[in-house]
Amino acid sequence: MDELITAIIGKYNYWAFLILLLIGLHAMISKNNLVKKVIGMSIFQSAIILFYVSIGYKKGASIPILSHGHGPEPIHQTAAQIVAGIANPLPHVLMLTAIVVGVSTLGVALAIIQKINRVYDTIEEDEILEKIKEC
Amino acid sequence: MSWDSSLLWQFDFLILLMVIICAVAALTFKDLITCAVVFGAYSFFMCLLWTEMLAVDVAFTEAAVGAGVSTVLFLGTALHIRRRAKD
Amino acid sequence: MKVVSLVLTLALGALLLLATEDLPNWGDSDSPASLHLSNYYIENSMEQTSVPNLVTSVLADYRSYDTMFETTVIFCAGITVLTILRRSHRKKKKEVKPRPKGQDHDLILISAARMIAPMMQLFALYVVAHGHHSPGGGFQGGVIFGASFILLALAYDLETVLARLKERSVLIMSGIGVAIYVGIGTICLVLGGNFLDYGAWSKVLGVSVVEAHSHGMLGVEIGVAITVMFIMFSLYADLSSGGEMDEGL
Repeated sequence: MDELITAIIGKYNYWAFLILLLIGLHAMISKNNLVKKVIGMSIFQSAIILFYVSIGYKKGASIPILSHGHGPEPIHQTAAQIVAGIANPLPHVLMLTAIVVGVSTLGVALAIIQKINRVYDTIEEDEILEKIKEC
Repeated sequence: MSWDSSLLWQFDFLILLMVIICAVAALTFKDLITCAVVFGAYSFFMCLLWTEMLAVDVAFTEAAVGAGVSTVLFLGTALHIRRRAKD
Repeated sequence: MKVVSLVLTLALGALLLLATEDLPNWGDSDSPASLHLSNYYIENSMEQTSVPNLVTSVLADYRSYDTMFETTVIFCAGITVLTILRRSHRKKKKEVKPRPKGQDHDLILISAARMIAPMMQLFALYVVAHGHHSPGGGFQGGVIFGASFILLALAYDLETVLARLKERSVLIMSGIGVAIYVGIGTICLVLGGNFLDYGAWSKVLGVSVVEAHSHGMLGVEIGVAITVMFIMFSLYADLSSGGEMDEGL
């Protein structure tokens, strides 16, 4: 029982990641409206980002900005202590660019939706399929 | 400069809960403009979550991009198409 | 469709739930991701680049090649949206329907936007320039600067902003941002270093190699900021007016 509780407490943010991922995937497959599909895609994307950022988290660590120069001299630390005291910056870098690229791909998706609306005059998937069958 | 950031799990749970609620709500509302605004709220809670996970730069980007620009892009699209969604 | 999707997602969920057992505990500082590469950045960033914000130094120096192509992706996305939506209608000037008097522009909205926009631009410049020491950098500053234009376009209308900031110059400027990035990298090559190895700039700038890394990063961030700023505005202009570039929202 104790092991189960530590497993739940130790990994609950992966569970949140899992729930968000499934919500996004389900919306992408089953929603009829194209804008809803795009919102689902964005949720899926931020679930992946949540996963990466939680990998970079270290308990009791500080933000990845070093202290320098100002204030009293820092207490001398070994290299291992310094590393353990600072969160892993690599996932942050990868995800930072992923967010900005994500918004530009979101723009492309929305542009395609507007173009579809201009041609078929609807953005509901079933109505579009009917109109394609007609002609 | 370095402070102990032992996480309050109550805050963490609350924010995770809000994130999931906003995600579900953004997909269930029928009015696309409501969806866009709720999705902005979702991005904002994500931003809080990342500040708490020490990813300050990611949180800053999310606050500017996710909660700001992408909401405006969704609104701009929603006003050019039929506002009511079927599901 | 709903049932199929539900079954599929739940199956995937069960699979991933099984996999969580093998993931490291949350907040574990000995997880495999934190053992190898990132320690090098944490230990050496200050001596090699003199930039305390590790995210900036990894983004713009150690993984600079990566960021260069991310910037190119943003540029391409802006061009793609333009190509998909833009209608080249050279048709007759469509009759300007005069708006009812009083609804023309909202006075409160305009006054607020005029006060906020310069503050936002100043803050954006601070975010870009101070990105070495505090959270921020090219991407964030560029988005905030672009958002100030979007705010003005929302408060007035899109035509008013486009009259001062031509569509053509928006595109040219976003190209210039990428060009600054690639140019800084190429000049390193000319000066005898590797591509995007800013240390080579020390010969021209008259500073130490470490300082040159810091200055090179600033230049690169400025390039990123210019591209992101203009592409964000271009995305808004295209999507909000449906490619017409008239009133906008």
